[in-house]
Amino acid sequence: MPDSAALYRTVRLIRRFEERAVELVRAKQIFGGIHPYTGQEAIAAGTCAALRRDDLITSTHRGHGHVLAKGADPARMLAELAGRATGLNRGRGGSMHAADFGLGVLGANAIVGAAAPIATGAAWAARRAGSDRVAVTYFGDGAVSQGVVLEAFNLAALWRAPVIFVCENNGWATTTRTADAVAGTITGRAEAFGIPAARVDGMDPEAVLAAAAEAVARARAGAGPTLLECLTYRFDAHHTWEHTARPRYRTPEEVEAGRARDPLVIQGARVPEAERERIDADIEDLLADAVRFALESPLPDPATALDHLYADGTRVRAGAA
Amino acid sequence: MTILSYLKALNRAITDEMDRDPAVCVFGEDVRAAVTNVTAGLVKRFGPERVLDMPISEQAFTGVATGAALAGQRPLIEYQIPALLFLAFEQIANQAHKFSLMTGGQTRVPVTYLVPSSGSRDGWAGQHSDHPYSLFAHVGVKTAVPATPADAYGLLVTALRDDDPVVVFAPAGAMGRREDVDLTALAPVPLGVGRVHRPGSEVTVVAVGHLVHDALAVAEELSDSISVEVFDPRTLHPFDWQGLSDSLDRTGRLVVVDDSNRSCGIGGEILATAAEQMHLIAPPKRITRPDGAVLPFAEELDRALQPSRDQLRTAIQTVAKAGGFR
Repeated sequence: MPDSAALYRTVRLIRRFEERAVELVRAKQIFGGIHPYTGQEAIAAGTCAALRRDDLITSTHRGHGHVLAKGADPARMLAELAGRATGLNRGRGGSMHAADFGLGVLGANAIVGAAAPIATGAAWAARRAGSDRVAVTYFGDGAVSQGVVLEAFNLAALWRAPVIFVCENNGWATTTRTADAVAGTITGRAEAFGIPAARVDGMDPEAVLAAAAEAVARARAGAGPTLLECLTYRFDAHHTWEHTARPRYRTPEEVEAGRARDPLVIQGARVPEAERERIDADIEDLLADAVRFALESPLPDPATALDHLYADGTRVRAGAA
Repeated sequence: MTILSYLKALNRAITDEMDRDPAVCVFGEDVRAAVTNVTAGLVKRFGPERVLDMPISEQAFTGVATGAALAGQRPLIEYQIPALLFLAFEQIANQAHKFSLMTGGQTRVPVTYLVPSSGSRDGWAGQHSDHPYSLFAHVGVKTAVPATPADAYGLLVTALRDDDPVVVFAPAGAMGRREDVDLTALAPVPLGVGRVHRPGSEVTVVAVGHLVHDALAVAEELSDSISVEVFDPRTLHPFDWQGLSDSLDRTGRLVVVDDSNRSCGIGGEILATAAEQMHLIAPPKRITRPDGAVLPFAEELDRALQPSRDQLRTAIQTVAKAGGFR
């Protein structure tokens, strides 16, 4: 079980990574912007702390935190965001598709809810292969009204698949309040399929870890899926386009109230100051190196734009010939 | 030699691959009871862990297959109705197909999607009679439409061994075909390699799927007056452009018969490519379903919208007479 300092380190890493990434978006070093994970770090840190290296996760459009918490190299992650050949996906995926199959990161998915059946299938296959690996699939509150997520609940429950559904309820699906989009409750949707479900303080990494550890143990023991509804708040924009477009859907008072509980502060209070300062300094060095690595990395060669379209190397006709 | 039916060929391909590779598993609705007969005998032979009946959740089980493939399995999904591909289109075109490129080649998604009895199956009306192979070729999913039992066997085996998603359409109009074959000679058929069923010197007819048999019948009827070559691309993506070009080098005249809706169907792509890059001495023609067609129920109406032998005969005669791009 990781100690408080390790959890703090992960939260701090994600927070500072996202802040550096937003700077790079503003500096036009990241093409297309990002969906910042700021404020939700406790969920990625707590759940991934309950996983083994060979366990599987699927992530979302707001996915940097999950990929980092699972152990991806921040330098290669940042290089991916910056569209470099050295990125995790060789510059083919970007912010919304970062993947690291060596660490069981089956990719961030940019269609809301689409990864829920994929994680369920991976979990089923892992068990079929005789392993006790589990899969965690992250999604937001917006995803619980996607039919395919509910269909995945059904299959996972029927098969007692070793999958943990982690709903990050940050109160908003882009600009739509959860209350305006979700009838009933999120936990109730899982419970309707016989899936145990719990509401968790998604701002407290240790609370998330405790709930995740229980769910992972259940899944590994063959007792089937769990849903964790982690209550959280998105500190920053839905997407960095908001920094310039400034759509109005949250009042400044609401944002202030939402930011009042900060996972970084909550977990930081559990770590002695000297150790915290050492971790902070380490992370600054790590990210300075990561930024340098990303920006000094080569851009991909346009002649390779169709590489990997097919796993077997099948080539297609060019668009102009 | 043995008589092999198209249906039995599909069943045999799956059985052989499940025997050969323990990672091959079958997902679908009613696959244990084998209501389409394609999966007959599989659950008895391979057990329920490898032959999974699915609830009516096409989107989820298509996504599950992707996840299972990412974790090392090689699922085959059977869809009972071609229109179910529309329900699962996101999971195929936007998920399974895109993982290889989006991850920079970190993974592969070996899933086969099989649609037995695609196209019109006589009296099944608007929502059960589509033939959406052009849609998959358009988005770049490998797409096979075998016309004969031996090709059905060979292409399905190849699809199951392929490391990318492959959709295999088994046209309703071909499912009843039978063929005298040497079972020991059945072999995988590579994707992207067409087949000349009948050589000819005056007009090339490119026929897709079950329409190969109509093209052969019309070619035979016309054999006293016009020498028709029948070219079956067998897979629409990848497409055997070289094979088509070679055929047109022999004939210089082209008719395509394609059970797609006209606009944006594969027939249009074949004509465009031939016009841009190949040897044509007369304006080509295509016979297709109408633009944006929905097949109506009544038999006369259903038939009225599908490519017919009469239309094909007329097109061949017109193209054979037309002259002179030279």
